[in-house]
Amino acid sequence: MTKTIRIGAGAAWWGDRVEPAALNAERGELDYLCFETMAEATVSAAQVRARRDPSFEGYDTYLDDRMRAVLPACMRNRTKIISNQGWINPDAAAKRIVYWLRELGFTGVKVASVNGALITDRVLQLTDKILENGQPTSTLQPTLISAEAYLGAEPIVEALRAGAQIVVTGRVADPSIFMAPMMYEFGWDALDHDKLGQGMGVGHLMECGAQVTGGYFSDPGFKDVPEPWNFGFPIAEVNADGSAVITKVAGTGGAVNLQTIKEQMLYEVHDPANYLTPDVVVDFTTAQIEQVGPDRVRVSHIGGKPRTPTLKVSIGCAEGFIGEDMFFYAGPGALRRAQLAKKILEERFKIVGLKAEEYRVDFLGMNAIHGAATPANVPEPYEIAVRVSARTATRDEAIKVGREVDGMAVSGIAHTGKRVPHADRTREVIGVWSALVPREQVPAIVTYFES
Amino acid sequence: MKVQLQHLAHARSGDKGDTSNIAVFAYEPEFYPLLKAQLTAERFKAFYNGAIKGAVIRYEVDNLEAMNFVCHGALGGGVSRSLCLDNYGKALSAAVLGFEIVVPEALRSKLHGAHLLPA
Repeated sequence: MTKTIRIGAGAAWWGDRVEPAALNAERGELDYLCFETMAEATVSAAQVRARRDPSFEGYDTYLDDRMRAVLPACMRNRTKIISNQGWINPDAAAKRIVYWLRELGFTGVKVASVNGALITDRVLQLTDKILENGQPTSTLQPTLISAEAYLGAEPIVEALRAGAQIVVTGRVADPSIFMAPMMYEFGWDALDHDKLGQGMGVGHLMECGAQVTGGYFSDPGFKDVPEPWNFGFPIAEVNADGSAVITKVAGTGGAVNLQTIKEQMLYEVHDPANYLTPDVVVDFTTAQIEQVGPDRVRVSHIGGKPRTPTLKVSIGCAEGFIGEDMFFYAGPGALRRAQLAKKILEERFKIVGLKAEEYRVDFLGMNAIHGAATPANVPEPYEIAVRVSARTATRDEAIKVGREVDGMAVSGIAHTGKRVPHADRTREVIGVWSALVPREQVPAIVTYFES
Repeated sequence: MKVQLQHLAHARSGDKGDTSNIAVFAYEPEFYPLLKAQLTAERFKAFYNGAIKGAVIRYEVDNLEAMNFVCHGALGGGVSRSLCLDNYGKALSAAVLGFEIVVPEALRSKLHGAHLLPA
């Protein structure tokens, strides 16, 4: 009988829901449960936090919630776990997982950590130019916070071969987390670009979790799915050639259909014939998709081309601050009052000498989201939030935004709705730049722990 | 007849740095040639009326009956630098659903969201 493996998604980002992960662990009949919890700036933000907050462990702040929710069922069902919840400290994450395993009574479980992605101390030597603007990466030296390479699936495969039941990594390309078990189970060679291309394409469909099972999809009257409050996370039933059926636990809300698969296939893709990953270049233009049952779509013929000699590096830099706040108008004339409020703010920013690289005053309810793309003839809304934001070099300048919105309370105009400031209205900007590094310059380190 | 794109296609946007990719998917195979002919990269960029600062590159993905519009300079300098409330541009894909497409009357019965069509 031909072997098929079942790979389920447990998270698509840091803030994702936990209950569908638990459901996949309990009812997904999974061989693997995979967690993706990092965004572009996650590593840099974690570095900033670690500097200020000595109690921050450096891994996913929801690690405890996620592991407590899935470990009992995963251990019972012999489901292996692969996760990038290690962020800037995969060893600490692995030790914490070992702690939970022991707490729950599971001893002798091998847990692996994957390090090596962090290259902050040598990134300026290893890279030459910034991909976005062609400038030398050395120009980032004064503002550099952190740099990490996107590792591929190989170190995860190494850990699985060594008997790890749980692998926790730092930065690894998102789809590689899902492709690694295919490489391991089917014995794919790291240079077999045909198989890796297909498998990586399936990994890409899985990495955003519910976005392929009906999330980020519903549009009433046009694209409706059942129970959009109760999504299941996806499960891939993968064959030895990398083709797969994408599905979800029966009885959950959402849908797996040709539309959800298509939308996710091109999500965050630029050239669909050349989707660059550390392990292989994926070609989606040959993909075939077929609805083979309710909430079951078969995906095959995704192409693969040889991997590039380089890995992508993300470089996080301290680029100042954003100050932001909002206040409200409603009723007849909401727009005319909002327009005067905007004029007052602009004058006030001159009076207090706001030094901003850029600032904007939006009318939320009218043009805040689409900006210049908002049609000229939109009707006047009944309610408007005036939302103001500025990007500045220093926090002191960013604070001026909220302080001037404070002034709108008693020194503003009629019928101004205003919140009492409840939180810091400034935040740091961590700009992310990209570069390339020769892959042999970034060796991964796999370390083993046991419960 | 002239109808909004939302009756012929669905869309999703994704972010990478300062680039948004907005993919447009024909609901029916018969709609795909209409989209290809009428929703060019130039018209796409013009429709966004300055919200996309850089080049728009259109990739045709025939096997999915889709087109992927890669929009440079669409995210306010990048997700973390952007002053836009929707800094990931997750809602950016919705704007193009208002783009008007000329559709042969014969295809009327295939259009989606019929309840919102002009009589």
